[in-house]
Amino acid sequence: MSATDMNIAPVVDEEELRYARAQKREKIGKWVLPVLVIALAIFLWDRVVVWNEIPHYILPGPGLVIKTLFQDWGMLSSALLVTVKITLAALAVAVIGGVGLAILFTQSRYFEMSFYPFAVILQVTPVVSIAPLIFIYVDNRLAGLLLCAWIVAFFPILSNTTLGLNSTDHNLRDLYKIYGATRRQRLRYLQLPTALPYFLGGLRIAGGLSLIGAVVAEYVAGTGGIGSGLAFRILEAGYRLNIPRMFAALILIAATGVVIFTAASLLSHLLLHKWHESAIKREN
Amino acid sequence: MTLPTSILPMGQREKLLDMSNVDKVFNGNVLALKDMNLTVNQGDFISLLGPSGCGKSTALRLISALMRPTSGQITWEGGMNSGDLGVVFQEPTLMPWATVEQNVWLPFRLRGKSLRAVQDEIMWALNMVGLEKFQRSYPRELSGGMKMRVSIARALVTEPRLILMDEPFAALDEITRHKLNNDLLELRKKLKCTVIFVTHSVFESVFLSDRIVVMAARPGRVSSEVTVDAPYPRTDEFRTSAEYAELCRKASDALHGAMNEHGERASA
Repeated sequence: MSATDMNIAPVVDEEELRYARAQKREKIGKWVLPVLVIALAIFLWDRVVVWNEIPHYILPGPGLVIKTLFQDWGMLSSALLVTVKITLAALAVAVIGGVGLAILFTQSRYFEMSFYPFAVILQVTPVVSIAPLIFIYVDNRLAGLLLCAWIVAFFPILSNTTLGLNSTDHNLRDLYKIYGATRRQRLRYLQLPTALPYFLGGLRIAGGLSLIGAVVAEYVAGTGGIGSGLAFRILEAGYRLNIPRMFAALILIAATGVVIFTAASLLSHLLLHKWHESAIKREN
Repeated sequence: MTLPTSILPMGQREKLLDMSNVDKVFNGNVLALKDMNLTVNQGDFISLLGPSGCGKSTALRLISALMRPTSGQITWEGGMNSGDLGVVFQEPTLMPWATVEQNVWLPFRLRGKSLRAVQDEIMWALNMVGLEKFQRSYPRELSGGMKMRVSIARALVTEPRLILMDEPFAALDEITRHKLNNDLLELRKKLKCTVIFVTHSVFESVFLSDRIVVMAARPGRVSSEVTVDAPYPRTDEFRTSAEYAELCRKASDALHGAMNEHGERASA
C-alpha cells in the first residue's frame, strides 16, 4: 500500500488492529464461553456418575434426567403451567400493587409515613413463616399461593418505583412549577418517565422473586392432586425416591426463571434503548 | 404576550417588573437577600453579577415565584401569567426520554395544547436557535452546546415577557460559550426580549448586558449598578476593543468593591 496511490487506503495502525481483534474475540467469547462451560459441566456430571457407578436414586446422569423429562412430560408440563400461571399472576399483581402504592406514597408523605413500615415488615418476614397462617385463613388454595408469591415479589417494585418517582431532576421540577403544572401532569409527564428505569430494575428482581414465592408457597401448602405445580411434583418425587424426576422438575423451574429474566431484560431494552444511559453503548 | 417591536434606548423603556424592599430569610435566621430593589424595564438585558452566596439565584427564584419574599413586593406590570416567563438553568435540564421537539413542547403541553397544535411555534423556536433539523433527536445525541440551545428554545417558545437565565453557559467550554453569547444577542435583537442573566463572569456580563447589577454576599444584597453604554450589535470585535476592556475594568472594580464591603477580603 504505497502512499502515492490516488486513493489512499485507510490507515490502520497496530494499536487499532489489536483493539479490533480484542473486540472480535470478546464478541465471540460472550456466546461461546458460557455454552462451553455449561456443556463441560454436564459432561463432567455424566462422567462422575458413570465412573463412580452412582445409582440413579442418588444422582441420575444428565441423559436419564432428559429422558425422564420427556417421559413425564404430560405430568410435568401441566405442573409447569400451574407454576407459571401463579408466578405470572403474582408478578402482575406485584406490578399493579407496587406501582400503585409507590404512586400513592409520592402523592402523600403522610400516607408513606403511615404505610411504609407495613411494607417493610411484610418484606423482612420470611414468606415460609407467614405462609402457614395464610393457608389457614385463605380457603382458596390458588388465592393463598398467589398471596404468598405477591408478598415476596411486590417489595422490590414498590421500593424501586418509589425511589424513581422521587428522583426527578430538581430543575425540571421547578420548571414544571413555573409553568403551572398540575400534580397529575407532573406525575404523568415527569415522575413516571423518570421512574421507568428504576421500575424495570425492580421488575427484573421481582420476576425471579415471584417464581421463588410461588415455589416456596407450594412447598408450604403441600397439598397435591390435580392442579398442583412443580414444587409439589418435586416433593412427591422425593418421597418416592424418583430423583430423575426431581431433577427434571428442577430444570423446568430454572428454565422458567431464565425466561422471565430474559423477558424482563428485553422489555427493559425495548423501552429504554432510545434514551437511557444504561442502554447506550459507548465508543472505546 | 406579544413582544415589543423595538428595543428603546435606556431611559425610555417601559417598566416591566418591580422589586421593592425584598427580603428573603431562610430557616428563620439566614438572611439570603436583604432589601433588594430592582426595576426591570422592557428590553433590558440585566446581568446579576456577584460571588457565590450573594443571593443571585435567590433573586431569580423570587422573580419566578418559586419562592415568596419574606417581606417586600415583586410586582409585574399588568400582572403575571404563565407563559410570561421563560427560564434557562445552568444545566440544559431536558427530559432525556423526550425528543427535542417534545422538550420544547413542554410549556404548551402543560397548558393542554397538543403537539400538532403548536407545531409552528415549536419550529419557530428551534429555528431561532438553529436546531430545526434536530427536532426528532434525543438529547443524548446532542452536544452540550446544542442541548443548551434546546433549553433556550423551550424558554422562548411561549414568547415570554421575561427570560431568566441562571448561569446558563457556565458549564460550557470557552469557544462554545462565546458562540452562544453571540447568538443570544442575535436572538435578543430579533425578539426584543427582556433578559435577566445570572453570571459570575465579569467578561460575559459586560459583553451581553446593558445593565450590570453587582451583588455582595453575607447578607446577599445589591451593591452597585454598572451601566454598559456600548451600543449593540456587539460582535467579536467588541471583545477585543479598548472600550470593552475599560468596561470590564469598571465592572471588575465594582465587583471587588462589593466583595470588600464591610472589610471582607476576597480570597480570589
